[in-house]
Amino acid sequence: METAIKKSLNEKANKMLGISPQDAILSKSYLLVAFAALLIGGVLGLLQGLNRAGLLELPSWFTYYQVLTAHGLLLVLVLTAFFTVGYFYAALSHTLGGLLPKVRKLAWIGFGLKMIGFVFAVVPILMNEASVLYTFYPPMAASPIFYIGLVFIVLGVWMCAFGAFIQVANWRKHNKGKHVPILAYFATGVFVLLFFGSIPVTIEVLTIIPWAIGWVETINVMLARTLFWAFGHTLVNIWYLTAVSAWYVVVPKVIGGRRFSDTLTRVVIMLLVIMNIPGGFHHQIIDPGITEHVKFLHVFMSLAIGFPSLMTAYAMFSVFEKTAKKKGGKGVVSWFRKLPWGDVRFLAPMIAMIVFIPGGAGGIVQSTNQLNQVVHNTMWVVGHFHLTVGTSVVLTFFGISYWLVPYLSKRVLTPRVNRLGVIQTLIWTVGMLFMAGAMHWVGLLGSPRRTSYTTYFDNATALSWDPYLMFLAVGGTLLMVGVILQVYAVVHLMFFAPKGETEFPIAEVEDHSAKTPYWTERWGRVIVIMLVVIAIGYVLPLWEMIGNAPPGSPPFKTW
Amino acid sequence: MKFHLDEKIWLIVSFGMIIGFMFFTGYQTFVLGMGPPSHMETIDPQKVDETAPFDNPGVKQIGENEYEVVMTLEIFRFNPNNIEIPAGSTVHFTMTSKDVVHGFQVAGTNLNAMVTPGHIQKISQTFNEPGEYLVVCNEYCGIGHQHMATTITVK
Repeated sequence: METAIKKSLNEKANKMLGISPQDAILSKSYLLVAFAALLIGGVLGLLQGLNRAGLLELPSWFTYYQVLTAHGLLLVLVLTAFFTVGYFYAALSHTLGGLLPKVRKLAWIGFGLKMIGFVFAVVPILMNEASVLYTFYPPMAASPIFYIGLVFIVLGVWMCAFGAFIQVANWRKHNKGKHVPILAYFATGVFVLLFFGSIPVTIEVLTIIPWAIGWVETINVMLARTLFWAFGHTLVNIWYLTAVSAWYVVVPKVIGGRRFSDTLTRVVIMLLVIMNIPGGFHHQIIDPGITEHVKFLHVFMSLAIGFPSLMTAYAMFSVFEKTAKKKGGKGVVSWFRKLPWGDVRFLAPMIAMIVFIPGGAGGIVQSTNQLNQVVHNTMWVVGHFHLTVGTSVVLTFFGISYWLVPYLSKRVLTPRVNRLGVIQTLIWTVGMLFMAGAMHWVGLLGSPRRTSYTTYFDNATALSWDPYLMFLAVGGTLLMVGVILQVYAVVHLMFFAPKGETEFPIAEVEDHSAKTPYWTERWGRVIVIMLVVIAIGYVLPLWEMIGNAPPGSPPFKTW
Repeated sequence: MKFHLDEKIWLIVSFGMIIGFMFFTGYQTFVLGMGPPSHMETIDPQKVDETAPFDNPGVKQIGENEYEVVMTLEIFRFNPNNIEIPAGSTVHFTMTSKDVVHGFQVAGTNLNAMVTPGHIQKISQTFNEPGEYLVVCNEYCGIGHQHMATTITVK
């Protein structure tokens, strides 16, 4: 009882006084690495855009495929993973009364492991010993050091996941019968997915390492691909769930409203956790060795993930309308004007949500078998994930940074930096519309992804793609300007902005809202259902791939 | 949990849309036979040249207006290349890879398939429009990936 009182006093102190210096430095370190990755990854992206437009020939000592491997790794792995951990650890610290010392230690060990792993992975890429792209499909074989680096990164991520579980479990022990605060609930979902989703890729990498060293002669190519995508697709939804947490919890507070039904929010999180991992098969719709029946089952498993997103769309617009009408907004659409468009903390995630409408629709379209065949591995897909990840997720992360960084550094967002953020958001949006729009279009015409500039021996069809590809350079240049502004804003808010207190914005539920049923706290049950769904999705095809496996493939270095 | 009427409608429409996509995908796959390329046969990827039919890649006429193309994919070429066929013919492609994962995509058609080592992949297409079709590898396969292309000429 005494500890319980002490605990709740701790929590109050934490909320009143702001984040403790030790917790702040942890999250700040994670965010600094994330935005450093954005800067380098952005430069590499620009190089690719210029090359694809036929404007820039990359030298033989730094090829297009080296650039692409590093761009992918930095942005889809480092930027997102480090941001997610930095953000959720700040949220855990804020909402659960400060991080426990052992949890903080785990997060630092995770930080160290990830940095070591990252150096291990990047050095072979720079030496052109690992130009295998971030999907590293066997039987292309990179230097074993590259894969060992990936293992360290996964171990680092697991440390952060365990830390989060310990923190949440400890809070629950001292707060029996209470609901875990909503952001900590989101964090639980994200780290459950990170942990379970990274198990398949860990198995894959552990089978690749002895093969890449030469201890084992051959590898099962299809099995490796399948294990990769069981992770790869989950990763996508981990970022997405992170962004969604800000949409449900932070954005309503920023606009001065209340958040949507607590129960529904928690149900959306549970659904996203349960249905996620088998979605990976939609990356293999035109692969051999998987039957049409299994592929059909996976169309369902992929499209089902769309349902919680459609629930989210309703929830968000309902919150916007309610808030705007409370402020005197009228009519069917004109209440939109009552929203704070000039506030970057709202504008950035709002555009992120709007972009998710075409992004999500494109995703639904390309998950269906026959339509996938039209666009599979074309530039369309690159356009798709630059809308979803590159805009919906990343722009939300940018929007978060304008309050999270000053909250951590005990500084304030000045009107000047806010204006910079608004400009940054608009540049990013226009750049992405040019780039992703052109990518979608030229992909429909057949231009392949992951291919350096080529006319295929002056083929007329390939030459007809060139005008569209020019927009990649235009969009890429705008995005580079956006990257520079964003990194400047983060550094400024972290080290130079005026001192002061910044709030961690968490919206309250509506007054008189219905009580959230306690079954939403039963994570054990959610995980069991998730494992059953994974089994439905994976047992049969994996059985087939292992049982009827062809003779394996030896390693190849084809670059 | 209480739902408003408009939320109920929205969720029902959402659910219906997803089921609609499912229905059409299933109908196209299982009734119209338009399923994605999913051939299940396997092959020893290190013995492709000695295994029939890949010991003799090429274009073979197998019926009136019907052709079979037995094709191997390797860095960074398609074999056979520069295929010619008469307009109106249906072509059945039988493919495998001799090294890494490749893609087989013909711009302007729905021909698009992954070709992985150890597996035989099959896909068919009827070419009605005369012209030169560009064939590209759409899975990164190495430093010369951007040169892995050929053509199908329909006369």
